Amino acid sequence: MSATGIGATVRRKEDQRFITGKGHYTADVNRAGQTHACFVRSPHAHARIKGIDATAASKMPGVVAVLTGADLAVDKLGNLICGWMIHSKDGSAMKMAPHPALAQTKACHVGDPVAVVIAETLAQAKDAAEKVQVDYEVLPAVADPAQAQSAGAAQIHEVAPKNTIYQWQLGDKGKTDAAFQSAAHVTKLDIVNNRLVPNAIEPRAAIGEYDSGTGHFTLWNTTQNPHVARLVIAAFIGMAPEHKLRVIAPDVGGGFGSKIFIYPEEVVALWASKRVGRPVKWVAERVESFLSDAHGRDHVTHAEMAFDRDGKVVGLRARTIANLGAYMSTFSSSVPTYLYATLLSGQYNIPNIYCEVDAVYTNTVPVDAYRGAGRPEATFVVERLVEVAARELSIDPAELRKRNFIHQFPHQTPVILAYDAGDYNASLKKALELADYKGFAKRKRESARDGKLRGIGLSAYIEACGLAPSQAAGSLGAGVGLWESAEVRVNPTGSVEVLTGSHSHGQGHETTFAQLVSERLGIAIDNVSIVHGDTDIVQFGMGTYGSRSGAVGMSAIVKALDKVEAKAKKVASHLLEAAEGDIVFKDGKFTVAGTDRSVPWGDVALNAYTAHKFSGQELEPGLKETSFYDPTNFTFPAGCHVCEVEIDPDTGETEIVNWTAVDDFGVLVNPMIVEGQVHGGITQGVGQALLERAIYDKDGQLVTGSFMDYCMPRAHDVPSFKVGVTVTKCPSNPLGIKGCGEAGAIAAPAAVINAITDAIGSEQIAMPATPQAVWTAIQRGNATRKAAE
Amino acid sequence: MPAVSMTVNGKPVTADVDPRTLLVQFLREELRLTGTHVGCDTSQCGACVVHVNGRAIKSCTVFALQLEGAKVATIEGLANGDQLHPMQEAFRDNHGLQCGFCTPGMIMAAVDIVNRKGHDLDEHTIRSELEGNLCRCTGYHNIVKAIAAGARAMGSGAAVTQKAAE
Ligand code: FES
Ligand code: FES
Repeated sequence: MSATGIGATVRRKEDQRFITGKGHYTADVNRAGQTHACFVRSPHAHARIKGIDATAASKMPGVVAVLTGADLAVDKLGNLICGWMIHSKDGSAMKMAPHPALAQTKACHVGDPVAVVIAETLAQAKDAAEKVQVDYEVLPAVADPAQAQSAGAAQIHEVAPKNTIYQWQLGDKGKTDAAFQSAAHVTKLDIVNNRLVPNAIEPRAAIGEYDSGTGHFTLWNTTQNPHVARLVIAAFIGMAPEHKLRVIAPDVGGGFGSKIFIYPEEVVALWASKRVGRPVKWVAERVESFLSDAHGRDHVTHAEMAFDRDGKVVGLRARTIANLGAYMSTFSSSVPTYLYATLLSGQYNIPNIYCEVDAVYTNTVPVDAYRGAGRPEATFVVERLVEVAARELSIDPAELRKRNFIHQFPHQTPVILAYDAGDYNASLKKALELADYKGFAKRKRESARDGKLRGIGLSAYIEACGLAPSQAAGSLGAGVGLWESAEVRVNPTGSVEVLTGSHSHGQGHETTFAQLVSERLGIAIDNVSIVHGDTDIVQFGMGTYGSRSGAVGMSAIVKALDKVEAKAKKVASHLLEAAEGDIVFKDGKFTVAGTDRSVPWGDVALNAYTAHKFSGQELEPGLKETSFYDPTNFTFPAGCHVCEVEIDPDTGETEIVNWTAVDDFGVLVNPMIVEGQVHGGITQGVGQALLERAIYDKDGQLVTGSFMDYCMPRAHDVPSFKVGVTVTKCPSNPLGIKGCGEAGAIAAPAAVINAITDAIGSEQIAMPATPQAVWTAIQRGNATRKAAE
Repeated sequence: MPAVSMTVNGKPVTADVDPRTLLVQFLREELRLTGTHVGCDTSQCGACVVHVNGRAIKSCTVFALQLEGAKVATIEGLANGDQLHPMQEAFRDNHGLQCGFCTPGMIMAAVDIVNRKGHDLDEHTIRSELEGNLCRCTGYHNIVKAIAAGARAMGSGAAVTQKAAE
């Protein structure tokens, strides 16, 4: 391993600009002559728009234009779409309702944009937005997914009777029911996977600009996947053909999924820039993030796990209602289906699994992928069931897990996925050691002496990352391919630019991708730059989500580097006057095998461009190669997290006193960055378990619409984490990488709740386990015990 | 529009401002110092932390007009030319940032914590002092490490740099 190669802890190249205030985020972009947009948003969860009167607003100082859904219709712009087709059990297609960028006939959630004011300054735009008169006829609303399908519930979209988008299933119902019939023990749980707001600290933003001379549009946007944004805005919205639309994602301040999707505001900013003939800038305020960024999770599930006499799992069945909100966001349909039910086997050998999912519309912000996307929900179901079963069966939870682990790979689960590699025993064992599982009983006694309740909880999670291959994804309904692209450009002086279709919004690609190139070509890491986030510069790419950039994005770079090396060897063979087959490339030098005759990398790069030593008939000049890499399988990161809590029974307050994470991410490119991803993921998972919940009241008002009432994890809510790894190489990509971005968020909620329920001796606790909820559960437990005495 | 004069990163500035202009807007839009960020509208995230007369404040909570004659320091003024402030170095060395959006506010808050609490900071102190700053990426683990290391470094010779910057 070189000092800057794969596996080295290299300080991040991108940090210089961020620590000096020179980062360049979308909100930092200013264009000559730009105007500012302020959206008029529905204050009602469900309301017919009877009319919009913009007369007074238009007369306000500085106002350039007031645009509404009617104007959008005049320009014949298409609707936002959901790009993953799901079919119901009966074979019918999912019920996708129209989603115009500005509501046209009715508003379907609080925050639904109904008009936009464009003005010289932001203050003027805001002032005028207050004067836009919208005549609403308020309609009954439904916000609770469990109520959405009931007879009296408000009907949101005509295309979806009973607000039902699809009724989907996976697995063999007959066989699974039979397994339950003959089971020795069945554990049952009702689970609400609480609704979350992603809340990247950088709010979304967009600047649209139209060049009437060329007919080109440019969009600066806080997006995780600029090419997909361009594709959707070109092909479905019909703003402009792709070659006349440039999407630039400069530095992006965190995404966690919420910046994958194509949102109304960027569409409107682009469209309005043509309408007003000047650039249009929009930056979300935090309240708009709460009211318009796609939320996450929001499942209501009943799940059961069946065991035989030996404590072996013989079946799992689950029925889930998934809330997709008021409209189907870009990838929303795939989250509670192929990203959820396919993971219900966990790390266990479960012969029979059956899952039914109803996706429903409600009068809430659309719900889509949020860090983990479906996989945290699945892990929570599986790991809560196993934990509760262990207690019911009086088997140590670690032992029950061990008894059911998968040992043979590849392993075909009954729910589509074929796990390629893993060693679940190894990560469990290491986690238990690091967490001093053996010493827990003693620590619990010590806590008891201080009047505290101590609990320990495990979460042995698995996830499927690097969603692939495209053919398989296509057969499951994906509207896009799930490969990644890379172009490696070698300059005449030997320095290298890599154009990647992946996108970094905190993951550190400028460093990790450069580590790969530095090692492979034997050049200094400073001579490599990674270019991403601009559709005019980078070839088509799929962006970053689902922990895919290492496994898929870097693999594409490997393939392009293979081609670069092959071509460079040809150039070297001319320089060395040797047969191409005799050239060996190692440590940045091309050598004639078995001799000491060599040329360095830089000479070969230069000669590839001067082309003095070979003719154009023999070899094309230049040194630049592209690859589009489509993996052979998903990757399957897995591991075991152990959470230890101490609870004050008088206040119900939970303190996380120890956290141990042992993850198997395959080959690590930069352990420092990997650990950082784990820390961040765990903290989001702890947030879900202890603090965060988006609450709608019965009228569809978001009660938790700011940082004042939506509880974000702060530094004092989490401890420092013990992080370890085990490694089984991923056989499905050339680098053996599995991906690490989501693991913490997937593992953590179950670990926390398992620890809390262990401490208080009650399984009845909903997320977030606030002090009030924990205190109430303790009182309920005390009351039950008293009654029994 | 009324005029306001202040010193920002050692340079005197004077400008006419709309009275409702917040300091953060003044810095970002008038002076184009975009290192100071806006992450919320309720003064809770700390992405906007700058120093005013040597104390950390959230620049989204004051009007530019209130700062007549004040000395303002932003993230852009923290390094001494090419020489980074020890707290900046510590954030890089300890991987105390991912997306970088909270980072300027975190670093400015961190320097202020050291100014108030000294160079030997334990984890508990750092975590409770960070209650005004949100980070969604790092899980705080490495930010806490970075601040402890940066505090120590500020206590050694490197502190001179920091004084020079203020
Ligand atoms: S922008 Fe000032 S605290 Fe959030
Ligand atoms: S590094 Fe992204 S919010 Fe802190």
